Amino acid sequence: MSLFWIPVLLLIGVFVPLITERFGRTACAFFTMLAPALALTQIAGLLPEVLSGEVLTESLAWIPAVGLTLSMRLDGLGMMFSLLILGIGLLIILYARYYLSEKDAMGRFYAYLILFMTAMLSIVLSNNLLQLWMAWEVTSISSFLLISYWSSKTDSRKGARMALTVTGAGGLALLAGLLIIADIVGSYDLATVLASGDVIREHAMYPVALILVLLGAFTKSAQFPFHFWLPHAMAAPTPVSAYLHSATMVKAGIFLLARMYPVLSGTELWFLTVSLTGLATLLLGAYVALFKHDLKGLLAYSTISHLGLITLLLGMDTKLAAVAAVFHIMNHAIFKASLFMAAGIIDHESGSRDMRKLNGLWRYMPYTATLAMVAAASMAGVPLLNGFLSKEMFFAETLHQVALGSLSWMIPVLATLGGIFSVAYSLRFIHDVFFNGEPIDIPKTPHEPPRYMKIPIEILVTMCLLVGIFPSFMIGSLLQAASSTVLDGQLPEYSLSVWHGFNLPLLMSAIAMAGGLLVYAYRGRLYSFQAQFRETDAKLVFEGVIQAIVRQATAFHEWMANGSLQRYVALLLLLTLVMTASPLMELNSAAGHLPHQPVNGIEITAAILLCISALATVILHRQRMVALITLSVVGLIVSITFARFSAPDLALTQLAVEVVTVILLMLALFFLPQKTKNESSPRRVVRDLGIAAVCGGVIATINYAIITRPFDSISEFFLANSKTGGGGTNVVNVILVDFRGFDTLGEITVLGIAALGIFKLIARMRLAMPSADEKGRAWSEDRHPLILAMISQSLLPLALLVSVYIFLRGHNMPGGGFIAGLVTSVALIQQYIAHGVDWIKPRIKVDYQVLIASGVLIAALTGAGSWLFDKPFLTSWFDYFDIPWIGKIELASAILFDLGVYLTVVGATLLILANLGKLTTRHRPTVEE
Amino acid sequence: MLEWSMIAVGVMLCVALFLNLWRLLIGPHVVDRILALDTMYINSIALILLYGMYNGTQLYFEAALLIAMLGFVSSVAFGKYLLRGDIIE
Repeated sequence: MSLFWIPVLLLIGVFVPLITERFGRTACAFFTMLAPALALTQIAGLLPEVLSGEVLTESLAWIPAVGLTLSMRLDGLGMMFSLLILGIGLLIILYARYYLSEKDAMGRFYAYLILFMTAMLSIVLSNNLLQLWMAWEVTSISSFLLISYWSSKTDSRKGARMALTVTGAGGLALLAGLLIIADIVGSYDLATVLASGDVIREHAMYPVALILVLLGAFTKSAQFPFHFWLPHAMAAPTPVSAYLHSATMVKAGIFLLARMYPVLSGTELWFLTVSLTGLATLLLGAYVALFKHDLKGLLAYSTISHLGLITLLLGMDTKLAAVAAVFHIMNHAIFKASLFMAAGIIDHESGSRDMRKLNGLWRYMPYTATLAMVAAASMAGVPLLNGFLSKEMFFAETLHQVALGSLSWMIPVLATLGGIFSVAYSLRFIHDVFFNGEPIDIPKTPHEPPRYMKIPIEILVTMCLLVGIFPSFMIGSLLQAASSTVLDGQLPEYSLSVWHGFNLPLLMSAIAMAGGLLVYAYRGRLYSFQAQFRETDAKLVFEGVIQAIVRQATAFHEWMANGSLQRYVALLLLLTLVMTASPLMELNSAAGHLPHQPVNGIEITAAILLCISALATVILHRQRMVALITLSVVGLIVSITFARFSAPDLALTQLAVEVVTVILLMLALFFLPQKTKNESSPRRVVRDLGIAAVCGGVIATINYAIITRPFDSISEFFLANSKTGGGGTNVVNVILVDFRGFDTLGEITVLGIAALGIFKLIARMRLAMPSADEKGRAWSEDRHPLILAMISQSLLPLALLVSVYIFLRGHNMPGGGFIAGLVTSVALIQQYIAHGVDWIKPRIKVDYQVLIASGVLIAALTGAGSWLFDKPFLTSWFDYFDIPWIGKIELASAILFDLGVYLTVVGATLLILANLGKLTTRHRPTVEE
Repeated sequence: MLEWSMIAVGVMLCVALFLNLWRLLIGPHVVDRILALDTMYINSIALILLYGMYNGTQLYFEAALLIAMLGFVSSVAFGKYLLRGDIIE
């Protein structure tokens, strides 16, 4: 089975819980587990091949033209992470079934969880940098959804927002870093990138790329100083914390470090940055964890500390350290998931997570307590448990460090110090919760959880023990495969046995144990010391910063976009002016060398009429009605000009649009004040006049410069191919329905959407109607004058005939669906004007919205029809037929397309105009809620 | 002869259009302006037909037809606006 199936399977699985939620909670959990379980068996089936060192890759050309491919890769590291993600994920699903209460929306929870799982798995299986980054971002978003699952709690929302902001910002840095790397290598392909480590490390941009990638990894893995989001993400339901902060989310950053290890590591910069960050995080996390009274808070800081440990290992200059890092990734995932789940059970069954209240739970839940204690012991690094093994390896590696020169002895000392605190907080987790007296006023009487809630922990704790006792048998080969991926095949010698004899690492472990006991015993003093520091709440600081940024952004936005349309237009025109005028300055003379065409008196007359009426419109624009009339003159003259200069299609369209516009304006004008006051200051008038005049001058100059120069346009092609390629002699129409049919399809879709938008906008609108005209005269009593009604009615068939005629001949002579549609609409609007909505309503039973939809559908289906003949979308077909009596006629599929255009235009125009008209009648448009 | 008469008609139409615009601008009443606009539509039809005759083509006659039909609708809308304010009721 293809590797691609694994994320696809999970993606389908996202919808499973939403569908099966109605069958009950247990059924929902069961069905939700199917997809990950299937994926797990698929992955596990590939285990032998991967363990033998094979790297399975598959790719799928996505957009080959720009070099984008979907590419999957399953190697040792990916295998280890996939097993953790899917295995622990399955346990979490089972656990969450019992953790979530009946009030919680289970389907939504599982859907988010599976989405997150998909994204996480896509990260580790990705063989392409961009693809990896996409999945990375999806983990940020889906983890945001998971953390804010209890969205009614302000803590959840704030914690989720913080996590999203920090990891999202890191994601942007990561994108930049990956783009630089891809630029250096020349490919997004991970295999290529992994093979070009030397090229990258020697490139001048290497430091920049490294820092950016590290920013991405460190934010995701909650490394100091970006660690502050993780404790606040604990507001999530515990199953989420158990999943996100053990095997997944935070491990994504670690995975990235491990993935890029062969490429980016090996330089001084890498070692210093990564190891020091890791060390700081390790110590800080371990120290703070001890002071957290919240059970999950303790685990959160412990997670930070362990992530620091892994980062430190990856930043060390030895190959064995990388092996230890990989090992610890596994171990930490296993024991931390079980600890979180145990904490969830304690919270669930006792109603509190405060360790100052929780005491002596051993007597109430001995079974859970035993499990939790084993896991906590593993966290502390007690022998015979998995945590011990990787910690030993860690201690051993710190002894070989030279990165700090003569100060390198500090590293093992600080590591031991971290170990001491780690033991201390693990002790606290055990002692404070399960022993140390009696519980103090907790809301519930604690008891053992349901049977199945314990199963996930049992499995994980068994793993802790088995790995701790038989390490090489349990995970030897997997560790080997994963480490050899990280180290690019050069595996060092190491032994996975429990006993290495008496040596320095063992002594360090012993010191950590003893020190931890001591620290825990005298913790009271440490608490009072720590109490002297004022605690800063990262949430408050973060919110403060966010609010400051929002304030700045708002202020900037208000300064830029203050809502004044006049200002926007002025700025827009000024910018246009700057951009168009500067090239004109370089032109020596506006006039080209083409001879001028002769002009006659009629043309001059039209030009003068056009100028006067345009000027009159501007001057009279405060008297709206008069301005509308002068504007009509402008439109009329422009139409005639189109006709004169051999553009009959344009002339027809302009005429029809002109009338529709005038009607539209009058409909709107009715609700507007008839006269407006002069509000502009004289200075502003001068400024605006200046801008407008210069703009007009510039545009006129451009036009003049273009038409007086020879200019090769693409029209020659259309003229030559219109008849042969599109089967029509009207080039304009052939362009619309054939050459540029796809554009037209887009345009009518937009037209339809615009009409629906306007319909929605004016639906339920209530407007005050003026009771008299501008001079205060009452409106006429005669609503529908008889003569007008009669004439209009007789006009309708004529107009429809004209529109059919224009429609049918459109392919070869001026006309077409667009003009015909406008003519039909105007004819129908005329009936609205003459008879009113009440008269029309029972006579025209067509729903204009349906008309629009069917128009767009017909056009689209006509386009899709060409697929039936194995032709590209919208290939038109035409042929000539000899029909007796009628003669030879041409049939083209384009006419169907044109029909779609026609219907959309009619529907859109009438939907807008008729509904605007209806605003004043009792047929106000309404929209069902 | 036909050529000369066409030129004469052209001149007359241009003068008529100027006079229409003059009336449109000075008013004094809105009704005057609307009538002036309607007359301009009619004169434009004549102009387009004249142009078609002059060039011996029928290609532009549809434009004339549309002006005749749509100009009427536009004038009706103006009239209705004066009468009732609300043109579709």
